[in-house]
Amino acid sequence: MARRISPLAWVASAVAVMFTLTLGVSIGAVSLAPLTVWSEISSNLFGTISSANSSESTIVWQLRLPRVLLAFVVGSMLASAGCAYQGTFRNPLADPYLLGVSAGAGLGATIAIFNGSGSSKILLPLAAFAGALGAVLLTYSLGRSAIAGRSSTALILAGVAVASLLTAIQTLIQQQNTDKIREIYAWVLGRLSTSGWNDLAIITPYILVCIVVLLRYRRVLDVFAVGDEEALTMGLPVAKARAAIIVAASLGTAAAVAVTGLIGFVGIIVPHILRLIVGNSYRILLPLSIIYGGVFLVLADILARTILAPQEISIGVVTALLGAPFFLFVLGSSKNGSVT
Amino acid sequence: MTELIVRELQVKLEKKLIVNDIYIDLSVGQWICIIGPNGAGKSSLLKALAGIIPSTGEILIDGTNVRDLSERDRACWIAYVAQEPVMPAGMRVFDYVLLGRTAHLKMLATESPKDLEIAHYVISELDLNDFIDRDVATLSGGERQRVAIGRALTQASPIILLDEPTTALDVGYQQEVLELIDKLRKEKKIAVISTMHDLTVSGLYPDRLMLLADGQVVASGSAESVLTRENIAKHYGANVTVIDHVSGPIVIPERDRL
Repeated sequence: MARRISPLAWVASAVAVMFTLTLGVSIGAVSLAPLTVWSEISSNLFGTISSANSSESTIVWQLRLPRVLLAFVVGSMLASAGCAYQGTFRNPLADPYLLGVSAGAGLGATIAIFNGSGSSKILLPLAAFAGALGAVLLTYSLGRSAIAGRSSTALILAGVAVASLLTAIQTLIQQQNTDKIREIYAWVLGRLSTSGWNDLAIITPYILVCIVVLLRYRRVLDVFAVGDEEALTMGLPVAKARAAIIVAASLGTAAAVAVTGLIGFVGIIVPHILRLIVGNSYRILLPLSIIYGGVFLVLADILARTILAPQEISIGVVTALLGAPFFLFVLGSSKNGSVT
Repeated sequence: MTELIVRELQVKLEKKLIVNDIYIDLSVGQWICIIGPNGAGKSSLLKALAGIIPSTGEILIDGTNVRDLSERDRACWIAYVAQEPVMPAGMRVFDYVLLGRTAHLKMLATESPKDLEIAHYVISELDLNDFIDRDVATLSGGERQRVAIGRALTQASPIILLDEPTTALDVGYQQEVLELIDKLRKEKKIAVISTMHDLTVSGLYPDRLMLLADGQVVASGSAESVLTRENIAKHYGANVTVIDHVSGPIVIPERDRL
């Protein structure tokens, strides 16, 4: 039965997660031994004696671990949101970034920063969420009513148009407020560098709820595969289910980008590689996207930190450098750019 | 004994009347076939009954108004097989057939062992065991229809709507699929409404024919009474000869000049 993840895959995934997390915390300007890393983590969690000295202790617990965990949580969210979008839109190229969700969140965040709410830990994510939801609804309604009907190409084009429009408005606001440009720009490019435990604490509850909701819809995502009409006659309340999935994926994406800025392509790369290995059933794809989305972004962050060390590249730049060519590959390998 | 009653059914799409004033009485075990020229509204009528497109008028099943039901409850009464069912690439035959259980599951639930058992039962009944693990996208036309019918049977609804189940098939597969439907409706007491393209074939299995033209029923009843030279000339604009045969009327197109 290919509707369950095999025990072997679970074990392999657990090993992959532990390995990447350890690697993420070990690598940096000061290299740390994995043993030191775990000894320090264990000391903070369970009160055991740490073998790390005080500066190593700060690096592990205050600097790297929160950043690595943030990368993991955000990567999980972006990959599972992409996976969910792909299922409900029946389009392997759907990604929060492509449907304008991220641009919407960016506009929301820009307006919040412009209004002086940029430092608010509550208003900024809320503004990003509102922008994200507005953008995806706009894209969806435009994509459906576009000349080409419900084809996946029309949807992507609508997403591109919405993203361009919202980005233009965002640019306009920036030009009116040049004093805030640095703050806005730093947000837009995607950053994990300024994060501490605080950021992680703010977004994890949002993201956890969204991921749990999406997971519960994994069977429904498989039903969507036969198309709206047939899904409806099988008893699926199509509009209601799609709305719930879009809200959960958008809320989670918004929470993620509100803290980290725009990080693209994670939602395409991770589910697509998994599709090649485990097939198209969302009962398997979705849980694995959560796991390997996290793994992927931790690895991307390691690249961002080390390629030009001691300089750091924006994480969004790294994922785009990896993702854009990959996107073209997916476009070329799927017939007509669509599975429908 | 399930009974479907349709009264004054009307379908309008963008203010244009597509189907009008349809009356149907159908009991389990019976098979009604809707025929008619292209654009007569055959598929629209079926889609309206399935709840895919909006319609007005009464659709009652055992006295319950179908319009008052949720998507799920409606699907427990009526299953639908599209003209060209979508076969998602990468989905196995078993998982596809299992999708039919959606109507019986809460939206966020997963299948119970009983649901799996039902899917297995349907698969062995339809002789699909040999390709239970096949990717549905790789199936041939006839296999696709059988698998789609399997999905509808797993849905376990007393009424099944089939939109041109044999149009894409060669004569061998046509017979195979139609024999299957005929056997199932008799054994399982299922009411069937299908549309059909081929007039001769439409007279072979169904109990009654409904001839639709411009969205209206212009003739209905036994194959012998509907498939007449006059009816076909009037509504299809075709010149045919109808020959009586033991299995039903045979409709042969004629050439004007010989």
